[in-house]
Amino acid sequence: MASSKKYWKSVEELDSNNPIVAQLSQNEFVEEIPTADFLGDEKNLQNSSTNRRDFLKYVGFSTAAATLAACEGPIIKSVPYVIKPEEITPGVANYYASTYVDGFDFANVLVKTREGRPIKIENNTLPGTQITANARVQAAVLSLYDSGRLKQPTKDGEAYPWEDFHLDAAIKFSEITEGDVVFLTPTLASPSTNQILADFKTAYPDLNVKHIIYDAVSETAATEAFQKVYGIRALADYDFSKADYIVSVDADFLGDWQGGGFAKTYAQGRVPKNGKMSRHIQFESNLSLTGASADHRFPLNPSELNQVLVKIFSQVTGTAVSSGSTTADDKLATVISDLKKHGSKAVVVSGIQDVNAQLLVLAINQALQSEAFDNTNPRLIRQGHHAAAIDQLIKDMASGTVKALILNDVNPVYSLPNGDAFAEAIKNVEYTVAFANRPDETTALVQYLAPLSHNLESWGDVEIKKGQFALIQPTIDPLFDSTTFQQALMNWSGNETPYYDYLKKYWEENILNGTSWNQALHDGVFVSGSVVELSAAVEENTVETTVTDFSAAASALAKKSYNGDTLKLYTKTALGDGRQANNPWLQEMPDPITRAAWDNYLTVSKADADRLGFTNEHVANGGLNGSYAKVTVGDSTLEKVPVIIQPGQAKGVFGLALGYGRQAGLKSEMQVGVNTYKLYKNFDTVQAVTVEKVSGTHEFACLQLQNTLMGRGSIIKETTLDIFNSEDKDVWNEKPHVSLNHQEVPATSVDLWTSFDRSIGHHFNLSIDLNACTGCGACVIACQAENNVPVVGKVEIRKSRDMHWLRIDRYYSSEETFAADTEKKENISGVSQSVSQFGELEIASENPQVAFQPIMCQHCNHAPCETVCPVAATSHGQQGQNQMAYNRCVGTRYCANNCPYKVRRFNWFLYNNNDEFDYNMNDDLGKMVLNPDVVVRSRGVMEKCSMCIQKTQKTILDAKRDGRVVKDGEFQTACSSACATGAIAFGDVNDETSQIATLKQSDRVYHLLEEVGTKPNVFYHVKVRNTVES
Amino acid sequence: MKKVLPRPTIFTAFFATLVLFMSPDFLQAQEGDPAAGKALFNAQCAACHRLDQRLVGPPLRGVSEKYDRSWIYNWVRNSAGLIASGDAQAIAIYEEYNKVPMTAFPLLSDADIDNILAYIDAPPAQPKAVEATPVVAPPAESGGNVNQIVIAALVLVLLVLVVMLILVRNILTRIAAANGIEVPVTQSKPIWKAFAENQFLILVTVIFSLLGSAYFAYGYFMQVGVDQGYQPVQPIHYSHKIHAGANQIDCKYCHSSARTSKHSGIPSLNVCMNCHKNIQEYNGETTPEYSKAFYDGEIQKLYKAVGWDPDLQQYTGETQPVEWVRIHNLPDFAYFNHSQHVTVGGVACETCHGPVQEMEIMYQYSPLTMGWCINCHRTTNVNVKDNEYYNKIHDALSQKYGVEEFTVSQMGGLECGKCHY
Repeated sequence: MASSKKYWKSVEELDSNNPIVAQLSQNEFVEEIPTADFLGDEKNLQNSSTNRRDFLKYVGFSTAAATLAACEGPIIKSVPYVIKPEEITPGVANYYASTYVDGFDFANVLVKTREGRPIKIENNTLPGTQITANARVQAAVLSLYDSGRLKQPTKDGEAYPWEDFHLDAAIKFSEITEGDVVFLTPTLASPSTNQILADFKTAYPDLNVKHIIYDAVSETAATEAFQKVYGIRALADYDFSKADYIVSVDADFLGDWQGGGFAKTYAQGRVPKNGKMSRHIQFESNLSLTGASADHRFPLNPSELNQVLVKIFSQVTGTAVSSGSTTADDKLATVISDLKKHGSKAVVVSGIQDVNAQLLVLAINQALQSEAFDNTNPRLIRQGHHAAAIDQLIKDMASGTVKALILNDVNPVYSLPNGDAFAEAIKNVEYTVAFANRPDETTALVQYLAPLSHNLESWGDVEIKKGQFALIQPTIDPLFDSTTFQQALMNWSGNETPYYDYLKKYWEENILNGTSWNQALHDGVFVSGSVVELSAAVEENTVETTVTDFSAAASALAKKSYNGDTLKLYTKTALGDGRQANNPWLQEMPDPITRAAWDNYLTVSKADADRLGFTNEHVANGGLNGSYAKVTVGDSTLEKVPVIIQPGQAKGVFGLALGYGRQAGLKSEMQVGVNTYKLYKNFDTVQAVTVEKVSGTHEFACLQLQNTLMGRGSIIKETTLDIFNSEDKDVWNEKPHVSLNHQEVPATSVDLWTSFDRSIGHHFNLSIDLNACTGCGACVIACQAENNVPVVGKVEIRKSRDMHWLRIDRYYSSEETFAADTEKKENISGVSQSVSQFGELEIASENPQVAFQPIMCQHCNHAPCETVCPVAATSHGQQGQNQMAYNRCVGTRYCANNCPYKVRRFNWFLYNNNDEFDYNMNDDLGKMVLNPDVVVRSRGVMEKCSMCIQKTQKTILDAKRDGRVVKDGEFQTACSSACATGAIAFGDVNDETSQIATLKQSDRVYHLLEEVGTKPNVFYHVKVRNTVES
Repeated sequence: MKKVLPRPTIFTAFFATLVLFMSPDFLQAQEGDPAAGKALFNAQCAACHRLDQRLVGPPLRGVSEKYDRSWIYNWVRNSAGLIASGDAQAIAIYEEYNKVPMTAFPLLSDADIDNILAYIDAPPAQPKAVEATPVVAPPAESGGNVNQIVIAALVLVLLVLVVMLILVRNILTRIAAANGIEVPVTQSKPIWKAFAENQFLILVTVIFSLLGSAYFAYGYFMQVGVDQGYQPVQPIHYSHKIHAGANQIDCKYCHSSARTSKHSGIPSLNVCMNCHKNIQEYNGETTPEYSKAFYDGEIQKLYKAVGWDPDLQQYTGETQPVEWVRIHNLPDFAYFNHSQHVTVGGVACETCHGPVQEMEIMYQYSPLTMGWCINCHRTTNVNVKDNEYYNKIHDALSQKYGVEEFTVSQMGGLECGKCHY
């Protein structure tokens, strides 16, 4: 009997009337294959110079040649030093303490060099260091090896020798009789440079020399307020570890606010100790890193933020000021009363770019007598002058009053809102010189162009905080024919000594106070015991203070409001002010909040998106698509700005990052984003704006499309301080259970694998404290630098083919809190509820709780990946590391499929020496940054976090060679040593006295997906939120 | 690049010395024992002086003529004092030789100095006319010869047998023909045909030939990239045999970074110059292939590379880094650390690098394959003695395995990640 069964491939086939069925039954290929086009053109085929026989000959010959060539091994030359420098041993790394300074970022660093090449930047942890290296500073070592850097001095675009360059300058300066000579620099905060500038003025007494400090992203409001109250142009410093109650009004202090670097002290107070942790309230418009870490976050528009600050001021100081209402008023009363209750243990900070607002902050902290607030040793790393000074400069340039303009490491044509006016005005200046690292929009317009040495190639000094000095020392000879600003200035002043000698002499005479220069150089930092008054700096910085009328400031601020929508400009973690826009590591670093790389975009709230018709959608290839917006501020318009719908964004406020959209001198791959400096008018990050939808769809390179946890509270375990203190650990850190023989048993008691004894030797564990992690991403770049992780580009990132060994997942809550999500999920019953409510859980709340979770290979003791590898390319070591032998891997990718944590990365292409991936690994200079102890992987192999086995092995070897045991703290991974907050800690748990062994005993410890039974060597600490005042 | 021009004074002084040395009133020293002087010279003076050649100090031949003897006594015992006293002669020498003061020898008596001078003034030994030693064919090696003779004899015997057989057959055939006997001619199959018809044999042959070729193919492929015996020609003929063998210089004197680094390090040329500043010519054993002139030429190559002017005894600053051909090449994906093996493990260099002290030209002694590494890790015991690092691990492991000593593999030395990352 014939079977009546009908086999079908799609539902459509069941409907015989469907035209698609008929059509498909005729055509094998849905789309026509253009074979006829190709083969039909007989004439073309015949005229082709290569016929079939020739083709076969070529194939045959090249195959034979390749085969023969492969039989011969290459001859490798080895060229030793003629005279080996004493401190260099090939194969052994040297570390030098230095300081990274680029006008935007300042950090005390250690530079790791191998065979004289700097290859990694680490944190300097000696006492006296101020700011740790963020992602940009970590990545700066790659900017050193940028083959697009300026290579020689030029005049009018032609190569011009230094002697003539300097001679021309000296002649020019002696010729100028009237008019101004203007130096335009970013914040240098360098005592010796101030002295050199003073020397210059002495050398040319007839010149009218002006030094204008121009910070592309300015903190003028705060510096001016500080100057008004305390008489010095500086910024108050804050030690958040001394604050139990932190209120931030639009200050992204975990980001780049006032120079950044506050995360370290902040995190100290955020880890529950003896049942206590600090409480952090954030009022802000955009969802910032700081807002993401806050216990309570209020999304408010800029007008409301002004009112919040006025209210706090009014009630803390007891000054009566009338203020408008805000949507957070009911909670604000509690916040203010708590603030007063904590008194000196509280602190208020603000990022509102308004002198009045910044005055209020000073008044509030004074009134609170806040211990966290430091006005005696203020920060000197933001000294930029007011926008009016720049506008005046442009006017003077246009009118011809400015006779000479010397630009040092600034790009005003790009970064000024009126950059075009600057570009026009510079033509009227008789003599223009630019010191720059790379060609940019401005360097194209000057007569004399001087290549500037990279920070890692230069001497220098910096006074980050008053009385706390740091030295910059070169770790490599200049790669190109470059100079430093200081050296050139000394040359022009007729001082022929090298800048190093000058610096040393200056320090010995003015700063060191009799202590050793060598010690200061070795440490990289010097904290002066006595007050150091530097004549040159004082002259520039100090003015007489007057009694400040705070209540007038408050009234003025209370009246300041915006009608309609506002734009809030910010700097992204990856690119900052855009100085390192040609750095592929930074371009590819996903933004911690949006998880999108290679772009800046307009962040809008869901409500505004619905109002204006903006959409975000996930498309079939796993990418995120978004609408375009036209953004208009006054007379400036950005035509096509991609839009991302951002949970937590205040309604009526649009966020937009500065630092993108640079064109000149950048590789085509790096020319991404839009230049928002055009909207950064009057150095104010808040602007009244009109936004409308325009046609088109933007393709984002976003790495995380699943934004919520869907109520799976076991992934990121959370609790409140209240529950943490009062309840048993099983309540807030519940261990997972599984069913065995119909009995609920602890998941850890069931195992598919047999255990090995790991009590002998080292056993490495990595601890991640979710309370201390701020999501800053320094670890991501540190890992990339340490482990030769390739850059894959925007297109590949969009396909989720990122190669980062370490990612920081960011989750939003769908309800108000993650706890509510979990509760909602637990209560779902029935099919219809499942469909609707799980769907709802996918959508992030309007003001969500945010959690960050760094994820790297979990180094499971019972690793699913190892079990499925057909060639045993991945296996386990006695020391707990899951090892990956690249040379053994055949690329089946079974391991990646079987990994529950999705941490394995596949080399889909050859990312080095490949023009398709024209980043640092396709560049002889860019390859200098590679770590010689780690293999550069090839196409078709799997890779993943190795727990920095090259570093642990080195530490072990050092101990063996010295014949001693390994000390606690010696074992480090790239991520743990980069982590400023101590969120990532690494060590040997078999050493009972070690920090990691103590951490592992903590009640907060849990493993990711413990119910799977993988027994990871990475453990997390339950995140505790201080949401209810105890 | 800095150019150091030779100062005229040095030239003049040099020529003056030469002229003096060649002057006709060159006389024998009157007193002293040249033999004792030679011993003293070699012990005390040879570090800085040669008889006819400028080294750190001036060439000494003829000094007794040039200077007053009592002045020489003073100079030798305390040249610094002489210079300080303002002696014009002394200052001139001091200036001429780059202001390098001569070591004082206060213990040398007048007689000692006389002996040395006697040795110095003794007529230079005429270099023995190198007689072209007739190249005598080396006596034939007996072993090889015997074999050849035996084989030749065997071949001869065989040939004789074959000839005899043919002759016998012919004779027999002739006898048969003469007797009128018909010899039946059997139509035998050719052997290849018989073989082709036997399918079993074919099968067996095919299997054997396949197995055989697989065996050889495997053998061939397994040696691809294994460069055991790799002996490239180097830009400077550096003989380990002379340095490590004849002169017994410790390996780690030159390859010092083997103690602390992953690389053993090719010594930089300044290390060579520690000795070769003084050793300007080769005086050791020579072979017809490598003559003294050849070795001296190689030393000159070193001078050229490092930028050393042997005549003026100073660096010219013009260097030409030597491009050595690297012999031991591990693939990039294998991590090897010398200090782990040399310093921690106490493994002798010869274990992997072979009899370097006998290598006239350096070559790769070991296969450097993974199997070779692994085998050693399996059999070598960890050197835990006097190393505090191992104390705890040693106690735990010896308890676990019940042994006093344990191998590298028992400590995890076979794990992939120990060498591949």
